[in-house]
Amino acid sequence: MTFCLSSLHRLLVGLCFACAAVLVLVQPAHAQFRVEVSGVGLTQVPISFVAFKGQDAAPQKISAIVQADLERSGQFRPVEVAGVGVLDELTLPNLAIFRQAGVDALVTGSISKLADGRFDVRYRLWDVVKGQDLGGQSFAVTAADLRLAAHRAADFIYEKLTGDKGAFSTRIAYVTKAAQRYQLWVADADGENAAPALASAEPIISPAWSPDGSQLAYVSFESRKPVVYAHDVSSGKRRLVANFKGSNSAPSWSPDGKTIALTLSLGGGSQLFLINANGGEPRRWLQSSSIDTEPVFAPDGRSIYFVSDRGGSPQIYRASVTGQNVERVTFTGTYNISPALSPDGRWLAYISRVGGAFKLHMMDLQSGQVHPISDSTSDESPSFSPNGKMVVYATQQQGREALMTSTLDGRVKAKLSGQGGDIREPHWGPFGR
Amino acid sequence: MKRWIWMGLMSAVLTGCGTSVPLNDVPVSDATVKPVADTTPVAPAASSTSIAPVDLTAQAPQAGAVNERRVVYFDYDSFVIKPEFQSLIAEHARSLKGQPARKAVIEGHTDERGGREYNLALGQKRAEAVVTALTILGVAGSQLEAVSFGKEKPAVQGTDESAFTKNRRAEIRYR
Repeated sequence: MTFCLSSLHRLLVGLCFACAAVLVLVQPAHAQFRVEVSGVGLTQVPISFVAFKGQDAAPQKISAIVQADLERSGQFRPVEVAGVGVLDELTLPNLAIFRQAGVDALVTGSISKLADGRFDVRYRLWDVVKGQDLGGQSFAVTAADLRLAAHRAADFIYEKLTGDKGAFSTRIAYVTKAAQRYQLWVADADGENAAPALASAEPIISPAWSPDGSQLAYVSFESRKPVVYAHDVSSGKRRLVANFKGSNSAPSWSPDGKTIALTLSLGGGSQLFLINANGGEPRRWLQSSSIDTEPVFAPDGRSIYFVSDRGGSPQIYRASVTGQNVERVTFTGTYNISPALSPDGRWLAYISRVGGAFKLHMMDLQSGQVHPISDSTSDESPSFSPNGKMVVYATQQQGREALMTSTLDGRVKAKLSGQGGDIREPHWGPFGR
Repeated sequence: MKRWIWMGLMSAVLTGCGTSVPLNDVPVSDATVKPVADTTPVAPAASSTSIAPVDLTAQAPQAGAVNERRVVYFDYDSFVIKPEFQSLIAEHARSLKGQPARKAVIEGHTDERGGREYNLALGQKRAEAVVTALTILGVAGSQLEAVSFGKEKPAVQGTDESAFTKNRRAEIRYR
């Protein structure tokens, strides 16, 4: 069943004056985070979430998690409708009330405890405008999987209403630093439900998901030098990928998962190499007398983007996977680093220094046009969601390191919750978990 | 009765988005009717992939402060060893040449500005500058290794120039 976006006719149209920028702070009823919405001409689906029947007695407020997911995507605007009573997925709701409140879509549901201790989560999505049941799902899950069930529900609703696959049930990896303890975490895409994969007294940087989502490659300083490991997150098994003389860093997986591109200094200078993901001898990918680092494969696997100071300042370049046809990609500014490619290969996210501040930027690789995403000053490490609709990055807020998500146009941003202390080095994992 | 009206309208809607049926006027006010009880699709059970934690923090703590006579400081964005550090480097060169079995690791560091990986490459250049200086004075390359910590291990916490000055450095450590 196809859902026509055009039929959602009461879209929120922003202010008409092109020069007027608005900043709206939305505080959801069950505030999990704060979403910042800015800009003009924003198109969002007004959607209403009725508290799931029975969720007050459950460990997780499912409807609030679903709402937070959809709100963070920037494509939905939650609308609270009062006086609707108790509704669940079996109720035929009085859609007139919601229609009058300007709502286009409605989510109802329930959560109940099963005899075996699991929870039964059910929900239904309504097209309020057309009076149409768009379907629903039910999940029988343990308490530990309730958040995952909520993220799966958000994925379903997102796909029904936008036509694009949702990425709320995917995972992100990130690193925290508290006192002298560094930890690598695997968390839900909203930063919650984090599980520690590695704890170390020495720094951990540059985590990178394998394309199948089973392993993380990263740089660990546990042996008092940077060494690259690959770590199977479900078993905890780690293996050395690169521990050569000098520094070993910046791992990036090829799309087929067979090769890791990385930076080695084994022959002097930071240079780019390819190595079999299962180990073996590194093969030099490029040779230069400059710094070459931060390689990332294009999604088609045919080229690699990287950072080089060969032109006198760090800029982003690309070359074919065979090391041919090196070409410069960024031309504005004197410090452009940390490239990330959208899954469709169309967008390049990177960090650019502007007047002493490090800001996330987005380049349309077809047109070469660049726009800034953030107004913060210490952005780092952008990474795309697997559906290519959002980007996660590290920044600083009130002197603490924090993670933010943003839409690709920079208009809707949210700070991810998660562990206490400084949070950094996010990397968004693939579909499937 | 309303149930059948409802389901008929639903199938009309399913025919496509361009339908001209005035669906907005559908009387759907009876909230006690349960029209779709048998259509709830059952999705496959969700499950979290469990994560096995690995804890390395029981490792012996690694050396903290270093003797100033083992640190070479650098200017902003520079890898040039300043003249005032030549005597320090000559001292270590003599020591290493006198003990050919001894090894030293030169650890390069940067201040906190900029990306982690690019700073790792900058710190590597500083470490390699010290290795080159030692090699010129006759130390065997096999005794030396240049590594980088980038901005991960500042000597001094702080976000001002006085902290940055102390953090742009290369440390000589014997193993």
